[in-house]
Amino acid sequence: MPDGGQNLFVQIEGLKRYFDVSPPWLVRALEGKPRQIVQAVDGIDIEIAKGETFSLVGESGCGKSTVARLVVGLYPPTDGRIEFDGNDMASRRGRAETAALKRRMQMIFQDPYASLNPRWRVFDIIAEPIRAFSLAKDRADLERQVGDLLRQVRLTPADGRKYPHEFSGGQRQRISIARALASQPEFLVCDEPTSALDVSVQAQILNLMVDLQRRLQLTYLFISHNLAVVYHISTRVGVMYLGRLVEVAPTDTLFRRPKHPYTRMLLDTIPDLDMTGRQRSPVAGEVPSPINPPSGCTFHPRCPYATDRCKVERPKALPIEGGTVACHAIEEGRLGIEDRSY
Amino acid sequence: MAAATNNPPLLEVRNLRVEFPTRRGTLLAVDDVSFDIAPGEVLGVVGESGAGKSLTGNAIIGLLEPPGRIAGGEIRLEGRRIDNLPYEEMRKIRGARIGAIFQDPLTSLNPLYSVGRQLVETIQTHLSLPASAARRRAVDLLKEVGIPGAELRIDHYPHQFSGGMRQRVVIALALCAGPRLIVADEPTTALDVSIQAQIIALLKRLCREHKTAVMLVTHDMGVIAETADRVAVMYAGRVAEIGPVRDVVKHAQHPYTKGLMGSIPSLGERHDRLTQIDGAMPRLTEIPKGCAFNPRCTVHGRRCMVERPELMSAGASRAACWRHDAGGVGQPITKETVDA
Repeated sequence: MPDGGQNLFVQIEGLKRYFDVSPPWLVRALEGKPRQIVQAVDGIDIEIAKGETFSLVGESGCGKSTVARLVVGLYPPTDGRIEFDGNDMASRRGRAETAALKRRMQMIFQDPYASLNPRWRVFDIIAEPIRAFSLAKDRADLERQVGDLLRQVRLTPADGRKYPHEFSGGQRQRISIARALASQPEFLVCDEPTSALDVSVQAQILNLMVDLQRRLQLTYLFISHNLAVVYHISTRVGVMYLGRLVEVAPTDTLFRRPKHPYTRMLLDTIPDLDMTGRQRSPVAGEVPSPINPPSGCTFHPRCPYATDRCKVERPKALPIEGGTVACHAIEEGRLGIEDRSY
Repeated sequence: MAAATNNPPLLEVRNLRVEFPTRRGTLLAVDDVSFDIAPGEVLGVVGESGAGKSLTGNAIIGLLEPPGRIAGGEIRLEGRRIDNLPYEEMRKIRGARIGAIFQDPLTSLNPLYSVGRQLVETIQTHLSLPASAARRRAVDLLKEVGIPGAELRIDHYPHQFSGGMRQRVVIALALCAGPRLIVADEPTTALDVSIQAQIIALLKRLCREHKTAVMLVTHDMGVIAETADRVAVMYAGRVAEIGPVRDVVKHAQHPYTKGLMGSIPSLGERHDRLTQIDGAMPRLTEIPKGCAFNPRCTVHGRRCMVERPELMSAGASRAACWRHDAGGVGQPITKETVDA
């Protein structure tokens, strides 16, 4: 738990989300096949402190984007609870109360080409949350707010008259950020915000996000598959594999003293850009299908340290060195922890 | 595996220009690009989207999409000019002498034919082998690229393979006729990080064993650092810097390469902010006079605004930047010199 739960801001407990991907009823009946359920998120616990950047990493299909969507309420959870600043998101409340809560959390999406309406002018795109939550007194106030938001993301108020297609990918992502900031949120969920961008543009956006966080005291839930980006931006990191969190740790601990075998494997995949000649053990195997995930610890088919216990018993998250890890080998002391340098 | 310098190059590209005629005038997408690839060498070509790196690769394999066309320069493979060959001639070279690997393994395989049929067809097109021998070769190739149960998998269709396995099949296809050169355009971009590492290791091993040269086109400097012998950095259709990969990565000479390297988050010391290059690469219609990088460059002078730098010797590499010329960048830019 970050700093003893003093500033606990977002709390996720036993969160689950299953998707039914079965063929239509008739096909199932004729072929005698059972329902097929994808366990996209299978019971995860996360605590995010105010002002920190919590990152989720993992390969495609591990459920990290589903977590992002669950947190902002784009999907209802199958099970588990999400508490935002002490408010249970699932409890029933009036329309005004719900709106007041939703105003405080916003989302930035991966693809800035798909997340902006091409028929709307940038001004209207950014003004929409302000209008939806009635945050402007009059037209002049609305224009002032949108102008300020555009300046905040290093665009100019004049850009508001243009359409999204007139901007490059990086500028569009700035527009997405301005839109997300329009309702003056405290919590931003960023789902791969730089994955569609070139590296030099990625650096601009990451710097902008760090600046904004400091100026506006934002809390980020940052979703990414890029470990170097996660290392750069995060306070704490959670590693996901097949819908479960296998390890959570402060960033430096996770990268310097990784514990879970999957975390170690992921770290081995980072290309050696400093050309230190660091040895990388080649990674074997692929992520299995989440429709029929392996029993016990879902990582056991790829894990060099797997025993019979790993095949049957799902490991619990145990606290270790300021984080948690779900691994029998670590728990039993079969697997040592070594320092890594880069 | 730095190639011996006395060998004649396998591929020579000289002053290549690729243009697109449009209603509003002709756009020059690749502008005066020259480089060599030695036998067995891996040349990385890196740059951001729109830098012209894929077009350069497509020009070499003769697959420029119309209306794009080669407007000037020469491409020679083993001394023979290949940029002006008729389509049918080029078809024989492509596959036999030059293999191609593209980004998306799903679109480079035909979904209607089994993997084996596609491999056998390619083998028989380029090598005169009877069907049974071609099939044996196909199985061997699949084994070589690390597909488990190759004898069984050969009759499967592309959709039955995962993304990583599909890319392995594409690599097997590229290797069918034992080409001397493989043009790999973003071969790992569509793949997950752990699969990416596997494919890079595979490409490296195969090229070493077959002594195949590779032109590796990618935007990922990490992939280049791990795989390439030399690297060419492209910016706005031109080569900004070219040199041994170690020198370019660790001692970049061109301001753009320096900025690019600084903007990649690394696992070393954590910094608050990343180095950032302000602005964006110019559109093809708005490439500035002089050095194309001058509006974003922090060390430009008057000369950079008017005169275009060619590649010149800079440390162990060659960079297109006036700072490496005896004349330097000229006077610093002040309000007066701009107005003058």
